[in-house]
Amino acid sequence: MNKKRLGVFKFASCDGCQLSLLSCEDELIELAGMIEIVHFLEASSRVDPGPFDVALIEGSITTEKDAQRIREIRHQSKTLVTIGACATAGGIQALRNWADHEEFIASVYAHPEYIETLSTSTPIADHVAVDFELRGCPIDRHQLLEVLAALIADRSPRTPRHSVCIECKRRGTVCLVVTQGLPCLGPVTQAGCGAICPAYDRPCYGCFGPAAQANCPALSTHHLAGATTETQMVHALRNMNAAANVFQIESDRLESGST
Amino acid sequence: MSDNRKITVNALTRVEGEGALHVRVSGDQIESVKLTIYEPPRFFESFLRGRAIEEVPDITARICGICPVAYQMTSVHAIENALDVEISSGVRALRRLLYCAEWIESHVLHIVMLNAPDFFDCHSGIELAEKFPDRVNDGLRIKKIGNRVLEVLGGRAIHPVNVRVGGFYRLPSRDELTELLSDLRWALDAAIDLARWVATFDFPELNIHCELVALQNDDEYPMNEGAIASTIHSPISVEEYEQHFGEQHAPHSTALQSKRRDSAAPYFLGPLARLELNQEQLFPAARKLAEEICPPIPLRNRFHSIIARSIEVVHALEEAIGIIEAYQPPPEPFRPYQHRESEGCAATEAPRGMIYHHYRINDDGTVASSKIVPPTSQNQLQIESDLRDYLPRLLDQPDDIVAAECEKLIRNYDPCISCSTHFLTLEMERT
Repeated sequence: MNKKRLGVFKFASCDGCQLSLLSCEDELIELAGMIEIVHFLEASSRVDPGPFDVALIEGSITTEKDAQRIREIRHQSKTLVTIGACATAGGIQALRNWADHEEFIASVYAHPEYIETLSTSTPIADHVAVDFELRGCPIDRHQLLEVLAALIADRSPRTPRHSVCIECKRRGTVCLVVTQGLPCLGPVTQAGCGAICPAYDRPCYGCFGPAAQANCPALSTHHLAGATTETQMVHALRNMNAAANVFQIESDRLESGST
Repeated sequence: MSDNRKITVNALTRVEGEGALHVRVSGDQIESVKLTIYEPPRFFESFLRGRAIEEVPDITARICGICPVAYQMTSVHAIENALDVEISSGVRALRRLLYCAEWIESHVLHIVMLNAPDFFDCHSGIELAEKFPDRVNDGLRIKKIGNRVLEVLGGRAIHPVNVRVGGFYRLPSRDELTELLSDLRWALDAAIDLARWVATFDFPELNIHCELVALQNDDEYPMNEGAIASTIHSPISVEEYEQHFGEQHAPHSTALQSKRRDSAAPYFLGPLARLELNQEQLFPAARKLAEEICPPIPLRNRFHSIIARSIEVVHALEEAIGIIEAYQPPPEPFRPYQHRESEGCAATEAPRGMIYHHYRINDDGTVASSKIVPPTSQNQLQIESDLRDYLPRLLDQPDDIVAAECEKLIRNYDPCISCSTHFLTLEMERT
């Protein structure tokens, strides 16, 4: 069997999701035997040209050059998989989408004229067709291995779309919303992390983005009836998945005062 | 070889994040060396404004997936300094444990997967594993144990969730931590072996004198706090950092570059600087190992940084074991505090060097402004300067060899380009 050719590409991001691949300490060497890594700048100085059977894309599109680069990668890739909140939703850097971009640049850089970026940070799917989206900030390495195993075997990856609440119950964690009235995003956030935060005595802050059929207005109404302020709720929704469609609609609705 | 050559290499590899190197050579003269950080800016300092200080450690972690703990630690220490929050000794020990775990994970990744392949003409750690399967497997196992400590104490290894202003959200039980001890003890022995192997590598000679800067403490190896010590100048307090060190914005880079304000001189951070300034503070096995394998001080050969990193892994494992053996859960996971208008700063030691944060806080507990100075943007000018010193001996080589050797030198600094918030393709121009 010919080994599948894998490319790993980075756009605006923290590197954490590709690091998840190097964090598969038990599986990495075996995996390298099953798949041909032809482009993975963080891990290898052997860089071969495409085409790629599988392209893993980390990061969001924030420059005109990157918008062009992702089109070129798509053109060379049979299956394109986005990994992480930046690639699937624009990432934390999408907070610029609500800001005065020129002012943002000027507040960090002495010479704004040296900086060439777009005024928005957008997910990969806004630019090219995406075959599979793997969520998380960061992605979960077990889910990454499932996706790679599926692609090697030519089957569809299986990752749950239900909410963090299901994982939380399975983990046996006491609900922080019910018992402490904390503004947890678990009910509207997709599972995958293993419901870590509530197990560490803090509410979920939405790393995996919206779950299937997330009812954000109902959750806001519930939290706002307690001790949570509107600003706190808006900020809770505006983190790593701020520009994920359902989260964005709800944070904008709250901010516009139509509650 | 012609006098006028332009060389372009498009991607610097086995570094974290992406950027480029542009070298311009005329005959045997190095005209310019520029590290170009083209990693697009993400504007953390801008969108932190108006966010609650409680959200800051979750947001700043996202600057870097390789060293999120460094960002979280520096953030919470700076905010606690602003609000006069004194953390308990138990929480302080747990924060060192979390930092030890990040050093282990980040350092071993760099040693085995990114840096060691250079000494054996391998393209990757995976290729290296074909030559030295046991070494690479041991390294990956040590790394995994570092990650395991991060998972237990922080909730997960990348972007841990448990760090908060005042302490932690939840304290680990004694059992949760002591279960890690047998693996950590195996890792300590394996890390000593790994370091001894690293010390046998064939190191190029590149002895360059420059200022080394690292935090320094009377009674511990630097991680979460300390005076800012230097091999040239007297130590200063962290509060004096901005008076002595400034950033400039170069046209070729989205990272701001740091230098000494008075002399405009670059300076060098990281494991070699820490070891040079703090060797006395190493734990016993690391100190004994340093006496055995560490080149004599001053530590000027940049290629020896992998030795320093290996010694620091041993120290971090020893210290982690000591913290866990002595652990009794503190009475409270975090100290309560009041919001008020204030400002504060902190510096800690990220795996790749000192990192500095400064926050101004509004009376409602939101961030008024922030300043984040990552290690790589501080090292950037020194890297350019070192390349300038290294390049003349390479110029009689063909362009691809020059490029490859420059990349090898750059990897010694363990540059973290994503971290620079705002690093490498190598482009060489000979005219």
